[in-house]
Amino acid sequence: MPWLDQTSRRDFLRDCATGALVVAATQKMPLLFAAEKALAGAKAQVVIARDPALRNGANVDSGRALKLLDRSLQGLFNLDNPAEPWKKLVRPGDKIGIKVNALGGRGLSSNVQLVQAICERLEEAGVRAGDIVIWDRDTDELEHAGFHFSAAANHVQCFGTDRFGYEDELATFGNVASRLSRILTQRCDLLINVPVLKDHDGAGITGALKNMYGVIHNPNKYHPNGCNPYVADVNMLPAIRMKMRLTICDATTASYEGGPGYKPQYSWQNNALIVSQDPVALDYVGWQIIERKRAEKGLQALAAEHRAPNYIATAADAQHRLGINDPKKIAVVEV
Amino acid sequence: MKKIRNPLIGAFLFACCLAMELEIAGCHRNLDTSLLPSSNEAAGWAKTGSTRSFPAAELWKYIDGEAEKYQKAGVKTVLTADYNYEGKFDAVVDLYTMESAAGPRKILESEPIGDAMSVQLGDEARLYGQSLIIRKRAYLLRIVVYQGSAETPRALLELGQAIDKKMSR
Repeated sequence: MPWLDQTSRRDFLRDCATGALVVAATQKMPLLFAAEKALAGAKAQVVIARDPALRNGANVDSGRALKLLDRSLQGLFNLDNPAEPWKKLVRPGDKIGIKVNALGGRGLSSNVQLVQAICERLEEAGVRAGDIVIWDRDTDELEHAGFHFSAAANHVQCFGTDRFGYEDELATFGNVASRLSRILTQRCDLLINVPVLKDHDGAGITGALKNMYGVIHNPNKYHPNGCNPYVADVNMLPAIRMKMRLTICDATTASYEGGPGYKPQYSWQNNALIVSQDPVALDYVGWQIIERKRAEKGLQALAAEHRAPNYIATAADAQHRLGINDPKKIAVVEV
Repeated sequence: MKKIRNPLIGAFLFACCLAMELEIAGCHRNLDTSLLPSSNEAAGWAKTGSTRSFPAAELWKYIDGEAEKYQKAGVKTVLTADYNYEGKFDAVVDLYTMESAAGPRKILESEPIGDAMSVQLGDEARLYGQSLIIRKRAYLLRIVVYQGSAETPRALLELGQAIDKKMSR
């Protein structure tokens, strides 16, 4: 992929080491993780893990999904044991929110087998099942995407904000004033973001950053101007910034046109995960993947359709510093 | 709670409430949910859920991110329901009612044709491996199947034909 700053494994490990030093230095301010890495001169790490044999017929194979997840996280953290990355991210007693994307129905939502694999690894890291909640804005949408409602105390929970409500107070940053999901504010200490890589009619593409529109009560207000600067502003809301730990972007099925709804004619089985702690870098990499697919299909670049995802650059600017969008400072490793 | 002492204000508020009620009732009157077939109205197809509807102003609750595109094209409402074909695969049917025939045309023209087959349904129809789109007068029908197979195109046409007849009424 010449359009990305490919890196050697040695470079990648050196960058990881730099990143580890930064992690240690920023333990008190995890909200600025990606920005602090940039200031320290470390590259943003983005890992793409692929498995061409991921599917068993039409469905994703659970065992292979788990192995793919392990490979991606071990690649990101440069660790040999699949349990180790999770121990760096979570501790027993943490309440973990897995923010999926269920908007696209069963065809183009966060994959159920992938989310099950994430839950399995979280539990192995010592997190109680009842302390894990899989969520999005609406329970019916989750059910349509193949998840099952669950509120039993000893099981992994799964429900939408429709069951839990939004905060009464507005959270504000820049041009955004929104009520946040109480699942985020009251039910989660940490957030694992599991978006889907999709074309987006208004924003250009949707991935890590745009998935946070599912956390607020009024996403419909923030679609003008290609969702810019609103996507970046939403991600600046303190409860989101402070709790976000990792993005595992589901690119097993992705769309290059006609999104964000599922249109099979514009979707492809990409059989990949894109993983990073830098949501800006991840979105930049995801954008390039979609552009490449569009070119392959004979479609114009998003910029030519006035749909370039400019909110990614805004998220990286001095007012937001949510991560890195400079391809020279993004280390992409395929595992 | 503070009492409203001015009878004119009270009458005005009552009139507003009444107008809102009538507007809501009007919206519901305009919805013809029978446009979506019941089980077995189309050979092999069973309706597996109730019909849901979203007026233009609430379209974002169903298709957030695409709602504006449909609103610009003059969408009035969308009906949606889930179906299953002979226990083999599931589908979702979305039927958009627009202000005029220009709306569905505008939406369809914005979508690359790709490898669609043109089929004789409605005013224009595109058949893909897992999807059928028909525009007819002010209607835009979109059927999406989650699992493609050799049977899928024929099954899509069965369901599309059944709804095409209803859109002619």
